[in-house]
Amino acid sequence: MDESRPIFIQIAEQIEDSIIDGELAEEAQVPSTNEYAAFYRINPATAGKGVNLLVDEGVLYKKRGIGMFVAKGARSALLEKRRKKFLAEFIRPLLSEAARLDISAEQLVDQIRKESSK
Amino acid sequence: MTEVIRVSSLTRKFGKQAAVDNASFTIEKDAIHGLLGRNGAGKTTLMQLLTAQDFPTAGSIEVFGANPVENAKVLSQLCFIKESQRYPDEFKVRHVLESAPWFFANWSESFANDLVEEFDLPREKKLKKLSRGQLSAVGVIVGLASRAPITFFDEPYLGLDAVARQLFYDRLLADYAENPRTVILSTHLIDEVSNLLERVIVIDHGRIVLDEQAESIRGRAFSVSGTSGAVDDFASTRKVLYSSRLGGLTTATVESTSADDRKAAAAAGLEISPVSLQQLIIQKTSSSEREFEHSA
Repeated sequence: MDESRPIFIQIAEQIEDSIIDGELAEEAQVPSTNEYAAFYRINPATAGKGVNLLVDEGVLYKKRGIGMFVAKGARSALLEKRRKKFLAEFIRPLLSEAARLDISAEQLVDQIRKESSK
Repeated sequence: MTEVIRVSSLTRKFGKQAAVDNASFTIEKDAIHGLLGRNGAGKTTLMQLLTAQDFPTAGSIEVFGANPVENAKVLSQLCFIKESQRYPDEFKVRHVLESAPWFFANWSESFANDLVEEFDLPREKKLKKLSRGQLSAVGVIVGLASRAPITFFDEPYLGLDAVARQLFYDRLLADYAENPRTVILSTHLIDEVSNLLERVIVIDHGRIVLDEQAESIRGRAFSVSGTSGAVDDFASTRKVLYSSRLGGLTTATVESTSADDRKAAAAAGLEISPVSLQQLIIQKTSSSEREFEHSA
């Protein structure tokens, strides 16, 4: 766990990652709050807060008495959300570091092409 | 949120020295609380007061809505694991486990037996022959297996190695998840327990200096470092908890939850690093000490 950010947000992100990577398929049951708490060694209330965040966003839904499940369409909604963040979190910092190092946009594109064809 | 303990303007003086100084706070039902502070900050005195093993100089304590002093109905629901529990001279480990159900209505014998195995405790050994770590393990087992509605652990792990401490944390979390109850854990090993806690209460010189949900403390501050000019520029408009300077370089801990502040720091070419709960508390308690000396 990263100390600088609230743990419940990190729990939510871990679950999101599992959905995006396909480890948690749509309509699959997600581990219980207590299982997350034991696995990450965190307070169950904190784990619950992370899970509830995703319920509020419609990524997970609750079946009373059974548990939490991944909602239909959750993966594509998450991909959409992460792609929006991609610009701010990856592209812009990349461009500003490139500018600092006098790497032009063309050189940058060349480097990316080379790397991705490896 | 239901409260199980309410403390109002509590003071306990030993001579002129106030071990607990005008403390007011509440303890929430079924949450794990960390009572954090340096050695001698007043943690043990506070827990002795809450369990009616010591009496206030001023102020009031309500446990389950009543004064705990000589109140069997309240006291039977508490379990207090002390750093230095005394036992009768001839007591063996087995005797502690056999007498525990007399005091704790929710005592789980099967859980206690599991824990004895896991902590590898010799049942037939006399308590005075146990090592410091084994004696702490006895306390931890009693505290966990008692499943008391309110359990106090006062630095329960003197002499326990890292593996045994992790075992304690894991069993506490698992059993708490199955059997929710109120836990108050006093410790100075803040980094080890910070993820277990729901509420954090920090005591310093007998005073409550921080009382909050652990999750709202986390991410509240971050550190920036870089050339002194750049750091000072960035810090001048923000709340600085701590800063130190070395040659032309400065590191400053800034209180801020905003992502924009972090972006601004990155844009200014500053190195950003997280501040752990422990670091934040160290900075809080050492700065309150300065204020304390200042006002004295």
